[in-house]
Amino acid sequence: MTEPLIYELSSPGRKGVSLPAVDVPETTLPEGLVRVELPLPEVAENDVVRHFMRLSQLNYSVDTGFYPLGSCTMKYNPKVNEDMARLPGFALTHPLQDPDTAQGNLAMMYALQDWLMEIGGFAGVSLQPAAGAHGEMTGILIIRAYHHDRGDKGRNKILIPDSAHGTNPASTTMSGMDVIEIPSDARGNIDLDELKKHCDESVAGLMLTNPNTLGLFEEHVQEVIDLVHGCGGLIYGDGANMNALLGVVRPGDLGIDVLHYNLHKTFSTPHGGGGPGSGPVGVAEKLVDFLPDPVVGIVDEGDEDKPPLYGLITPVKSIGRVKAFHGHFGVILRAYTYMRMLGKSGLRAVSDYAVLNANYLLAKLRDTYKVPFDRICMHEFVAEGHWDDAPDIHALDIAKRLMDYGFHPPTNYFPLIVPEALMIEPTETESKESLDVFIEAMLAIAKEAREDPDTLKSAPHKTLFGRMDEVQAARQLVLCCRPSYLDKPDNK
Amino acid sequence: MTYIPHTDKDRQEMLAVVGVDRLDDLYEAIPENVRFPDLNLPDPISEMEVTQELQALSEANLEVFHTSCFLGAGAYNHFIPSVVDHTLRRNEFYTAYTPYQPEISQGTLQATFEYQSLMAQLTGMDVSNASHYDGATALAEAVILALNHHRGKRNKIVISPAIHPHYRQVVRTYTQGMGLTITGDEKCETEPKDLVKMLDEDTALVTVQYPDFFGNITDLSALGEAAQASGALFCVVINPLALGMLVPPGDFGADIVVGDGQPLGISLSYGGPTVGIFTTKDKYVRKMAGRLVGETVDSRGQRGYVLTLTPREQHIRRDKATSNICTNQGLMALASAVYLSVMGKQGLRRVAELCYHKAHYAAERIDALKGFTLWNKHPFFHEFVIKCPRPVAEINERLLEWDILGGYDLGQEYPDLKDHMLVAVTEVIAKEEIDDLVAALEEVSND
Amino acid sequence: MEYPKDLKYTESDEWVRVEGKISTTGISDYAQDQLSDIVYVETNPPVGESLQKGETHSAVESVKAAADVNMPISGVITEINENLADTPELVNTDPYGEAWMVKFEISDPSELDGLMDAAAYEKFNKEREH
Repeated sequence: MTEPLIYELSSPGRKGVSLPAVDVPETTLPEGLVRVELPLPEVAENDVVRHFMRLSQLNYSVDTGFYPLGSCTMKYNPKVNEDMARLPGFALTHPLQDPDTAQGNLAMMYALQDWLMEIGGFAGVSLQPAAGAHGEMTGILIIRAYHHDRGDKGRNKILIPDSAHGTNPASTTMSGMDVIEIPSDARGNIDLDELKKHCDESVAGLMLTNPNTLGLFEEHVQEVIDLVHGCGGLIYGDGANMNALLGVVRPGDLGIDVLHYNLHKTFSTPHGGGGPGSGPVGVAEKLVDFLPDPVVGIVDEGDEDKPPLYGLITPVKSIGRVKAFHGHFGVILRAYTYMRMLGKSGLRAVSDYAVLNANYLLAKLRDTYKVPFDRICMHEFVAEGHWDDAPDIHALDIAKRLMDYGFHPPTNYFPLIVPEALMIEPTETESKESLDVFIEAMLAIAKEAREDPDTLKSAPHKTLFGRMDEVQAARQLVLCCRPSYLDKPDNK
Repeated sequence: MTYIPHTDKDRQEMLAVVGVDRLDDLYEAIPENVRFPDLNLPDPISEMEVTQELQALSEANLEVFHTSCFLGAGAYNHFIPSVVDHTLRRNEFYTAYTPYQPEISQGTLQATFEYQSLMAQLTGMDVSNASHYDGATALAEAVILALNHHRGKRNKIVISPAIHPHYRQVVRTYTQGMGLTITGDEKCETEPKDLVKMLDEDTALVTVQYPDFFGNITDLSALGEAAQASGALFCVVINPLALGMLVPPGDFGADIVVGDGQPLGISLSYGGPTVGIFTTKDKYVRKMAGRLVGETVDSRGQRGYVLTLTPREQHIRRDKATSNICTNQGLMALASAVYLSVMGKQGLRRVAELCYHKAHYAAERIDALKGFTLWNKHPFFHEFVIKCPRPVAEINERLLEWDILGGYDLGQEYPDLKDHMLVAVTEVIAKEEIDDLVAALEEVSND
Repeated sequence: MEYPKDLKYTESDEWVRVEGKISTTGISDYAQDQLSDIVYVETNPPVGESLQKGETHSAVESVKAAADVNMPISGVITEINENLADTPELVNTDPYGEAWMVKFEISDPSELDGLMDAAAYEKFNKEREH
């Protein structure tokens, strides 16, 4: 089923596109600066279409089937979002045109900032961060700037629970802060006694994922927040799991000071095979002045005859720009479309049914798969993909076997605090029927693990590709198709 | 309910299996005093209504199809072949996640491998990653790579003032907690040769833009050699489309090449999403942040692709990772790969030359106008600077009456360049539109 | 699992062999087994650099994990195993022999007293598996 590389389809002299003739007098090209070789493929338009069409068919996607990838919120991506983002009045606007001529864009962005503030319980929102991890770094820089502005420069520690996503410590280090890991207790919550040991005047903040990566709402959330606030630190909320909280609880009301949203998880924008995402950041009143430059604001309130005039505003103590221009506008617009359609009641229903679906799966699977922290979960839960009476079977084998049953596997080996983790997040857009078929597959695989383990160990069998040799990929790095590559006979 | 398929019967059955009576009972772990806030949000509307609302909102914008767009400054209005968006609309591409399961993600993986190959060859470098968020964040990651390469022992970054102002601001934002000295961009007229003097044994990285923010193209070999002699890494910020005709930075001894891929088949979309290009030499590959796709074989002996060198990344290395980035700009990288494939060797060269010739025609005609002077002292690509007889904002406001979106007002970011306009001319601008611009400028200056 | 008796071990899975003034160090059989297929080894400090006990001299990567390798005791680097860059799999096949990582001159011999012998290290590994 191997598809040739686009370079392998190339024939000298073939063209893929027609372009106009030069309609102005020609100018001499700059001497000494013109390249001789331009090693790009030469293919026809039809070649390009078929090539990428066939590649697409090698992918599994949300539009192919059930995709219960924990912590990624692989919900259905509404098609209307795609059309709205391509309306010429939006898609053909230039980021540096006078804001007075981009009032449609700015009005939309202003409304989205407003809704995100309302949902999160915050006083300000920046739409600029490009992804969740980018939002995290932005948030940590805001916390740092806040302490520095108060002359409190000795706060250099960020406390991070051991169940946190790896981006949390990485974002902290990038922001020039030190990471202190806090262990979990027996019920999957942050260990309060351990936390107390670290709460002192060197703490800048704590990064809280709530619901945590086990899919559990922190039972001592108020104590955790009070302890950190008590020693002068701020709380950073990882909003990766907001899909459980829409209209249920506002992170700001809990005392969270900064939080990033993932528009590509909670608000239905497509994941695009790994981006583009969007990671807006919401902040409490005392942090509004530190938001990235710029935010969308009202520069003239207007009146009955005149609509308000929107503009781009630099917050007075801004940490600076975190990317060029104004964020992932096209992604922001998709999220706006979704939120506008669902409205207040629709957004609450998202969380209700996301949580119901997860608990239904948990109830149906807990007798077969060990669930280490078994209580009512939020929008996802973590099971163990390992049994004492099938010692050779690992989470990876279960994941690979699920592909044969036509599913995308759950997240495996995360969170690190659960051995052989299978992290399952169904989302609200899956019907009961689709969950039931998945449950049957999971139960069948548990049976196969005992009766026919070899089938699991060598899975998948029905996919177009088998397991990849990752060791070869890493030891004999081939990261790029070069001319010499095409000369090798076995690559022709 | 929109996008939620459950019937009342489904809900009842499922609640019974879970063992609770009502949906509200699922939330008992949440403190009661903050549970179920009454949110001030609009009521739901239908798909038909939302399209009407957004159509109306979009019409409140000025867009570049109905105007002649001479505004560039890092975002350019280029022709995009239909093939590009047809590919982006393939559901299997845009609704897939990061390709963690290679058996069922070969489409994304191979397309990304092709993107990496195309970018490495276009920039004249050994390897490319799977992309960063945009050109600005790619430059910030280049700075971090250089700091890591020198193991924290060099703390100075030399940066040209002719790098996009937003990019320089993003570098400063990213590194504000690292105690660096960032210098070189204090005066707008500082050229690459002037940066040579600033290199010393504390310099981790020197970086310039090519073509630079003012459109200039200059031979960077001397700076490349000076960087190497001082031990600093040399990073070049590029416009990938210009490399359709220009000598690639690899030939100037660049260690890292970054840039924004927007000119390669990505719509303006008010500045995002785009794709951040990052290419480098083999020897820095393990210090390069971001996703990487590598070639291998599967259990059946077929050629296949996987994410590789993942232990550098945040989900394994956590606080010791090369960066916190965990996605790339998958779909935007795909757009660039499709664009470069369909344009090909001849098409990309042609687009670059069309831009070049049209820009030079425009520059020559405007320079001939009384009161307007071409500021560039070097060859330029498709952007140039014009010193104007009046404030740029005033001129641009008048140009709108001619359905012309004027150039970028450089005085906003460069106080020394008050009344200087940065004009971009791409292949979509016809000769008549340039002639109209010239006529309009002449009229505006005579007011 | 091998635990050569002539070596001393650290809790972070490095071994050290003392031969006169020069010592050799690498990672243990247990560590390579935990990491699985090693795909990359990189040693950073140049010959002549003085490192404290616990400071990182190398990084090893497998396809699913990465680990820093630290100095078991303080010393000055005298030699680096250049072979590992091209043949990282030696760490899997011969962790105590061909896959040595650095040789160094011991700064403070008394630091050796703080390390485990083979029996103690074996016991330490058995205990942490539970």
